[in-house]
Amino acid sequence: MDLTIYKRRQLANRIGLTLSMLAMGLGLFVLLWILFVLFSNGIAALDWAMFTQSTPAPGSDGGGLANAIVGSLMMVVVTALVSTPIGIFAGVYLAEYGDQSKTAEWTRFVTDIMLSAPSIVLGLFVYAILVAQVQHFSGWAGSLALCLIAVPVVVRTTENMLRLVPGSLREAAFALGAPRWKVATFITLRAAKSGVMTGLLLALARISGETAPLLFTALNNQFFSTDMNAPMANLPVVIFQFAMSPYDNWVRLAWGGALLITLTVLALNILARVFFRDKAQA
Amino acid sequence: MGSIEKASQVPDQNMLSVVKRQRIQDFFFHKITLGFSLLVLFALLGIIISLLINAWPALSKFGFQFIWRVEWDIVNDEFGAAIAIFGTLVSALIALVIAVPLSFGIALFLTETCPVVLRRPLGTAIELLAAVPSIIYGMFGLFIFAPLFAEYGQPALQSTLGQMPLIGSLFGGAMNGVGILAAGIVLAFMILPFIAAVMRDVFEIVPPILRESAYGLGCTTWEVVRSIVLPYTQKGVIGGVMLGLGRALGETMAVTFVIGNSQRLSASLFSPGTTIASTLANEFGEAADFHLSTLFALGFLLFVITFIVLSLAKIMLIRAEKAKGTKS
Repeated sequence: MDLTIYKRRQLANRIGLTLSMLAMGLGLFVLLWILFVLFSNGIAALDWAMFTQSTPAPGSDGGGLANAIVGSLMMVVVTALVSTPIGIFAGVYLAEYGDQSKTAEWTRFVTDIMLSAPSIVLGLFVYAILVAQVQHFSGWAGSLALCLIAVPVVVRTTENMLRLVPGSLREAAFALGAPRWKVATFITLRAAKSGVMTGLLLALARISGETAPLLFTALNNQFFSTDMNAPMANLPVVIFQFAMSPYDNWVRLAWGGALLITLTVLALNILARVFFRDKAQA
Repeated sequence: MGSIEKASQVPDQNMLSVVKRQRIQDFFFHKITLGFSLLVLFALLGIIISLLINAWPALSKFGFQFIWRVEWDIVNDEFGAAIAIFGTLVSALIALVIAVPLSFGIALFLTETCPVVLRRPLGTAIELLAAVPSIIYGMFGLFIFAPLFAEYGQPALQSTLGQMPLIGSLFGGAMNGVGILAAGIVLAFMILPFIAAVMRDVFEIVPPILRESAYGLGCTTWEVVRSIVLPYTQKGVIGGVMLGLGRALGETMAVTFVIGNSQRLSASLFSPGTTIASTLANEFGEAADFHLSTLFALGFLLFVITFIVLSLAKIMLIRAEKAKGTKS
């Protein structure tokens, strides 16, 4: 047996596997590093004032992110309320009627592309059709831009989850004489409930951190406001503005906001996974 | 016996009306769900059309020249997209060069060498990396990475790669951390989890029998991955890479923080530049009239470029999916 070839192959194997382990290590290291940096910089800003006071004027001390937190929450809730039915209905269509139809094929293709479409362009679109027409920025416009991001996520997960429902369940319902809409809503959708919830949570996680589409739609508001028809403060844009500013107090608050947003997004993601795992075991 | 007789009877009027009602309900249910799915389809058409309408003044003035004009003079209304396109492509390319081998390594580790108990938590960790909002990557890049990069990374690059002929000038110039190269590196870590997740998923569709046969012939793990897994999943891997490319091209926040935002063309990767998305983020707020229209034209270009890249990615992935059905 040719030992040199054998040794060379062994060596190549060892080098390849070591490099792959290093890549994995690097990925984990970056995740931990980001979390560490967020905690070490953000924890200082994380106090009661952050949740009770509005954003401070340039250069002044104190203040918090209350207006931005409330603005973000309101926009995210509106987005969730609007995009959930749209996403679920479209997802039901794709799963129940979408096998032979050309429309379904196109919709599927388009949603997949919209999933990764540059979010700043969606902001441009909403600016053109809404903000430019009514001549002012508003919370509604921000929500609309977020909907364009959330809907594709809900559509795709709903369809995938509905497809996981065993065909025999559908057939059994049909055999009992149930009409199609009843099968779709009371049987398959109900069976896929936790999966659909996962999709909603993932969509929420996705939109809570989105900044780019809000820049030209909701803009920002220095003051506390719950008026969806006016420019609205929101965490991502405030973080963007404050982090780029020369004021120490603003940068401190930006880190606090960044920590808050990341924790929310990661918590939503983990919650979504727990939801789905429960379903998988059931 | 009784029940059979019953079934063979002509259904009475009552039952017929129930069937009729259900038919109508079904009809509406079909149309309503179809309507929502068309809504998604028309949103895309709406985006393309509205961008085109708003970009028209700029596009009609400059024509195709817009793509390779280098001027960006807001005062005199002279605009060209070349610098932004250049920055977008170069930063995305740098991101791919770094992210693809790393993602491959991660996918290889997760599917081949990782102990089974660790597979799930480690996979989740990588997916969480994908969930971190892009603005966080931006802040991290600006406050943590850029200073470190200026102090250690850039001098090291300049004294090694910077001394080589031909490519040396890429690593010249002032070393202040932010710039096209820094943006590319931050982008790399942003898109890495997306590519790694797709690669892991397609690696897992390789039929075990292929893998086992190769191991049975005495192949090492590395050889199995290189000559069995990779060729088998080629299309899926390319699709995943294109998906990452699409993300990198359109990314705004992570790039805006670290690229330096300068409308100048420079030979060095250390120098600040701009991308289409970061130009939009920086200038849209103050733009008016014709300047606004050029920004829409930039947005339109970005959308078209990413649309093409993502479509190709999607087609590749669909083909990979089909291969799974026929070959196994």
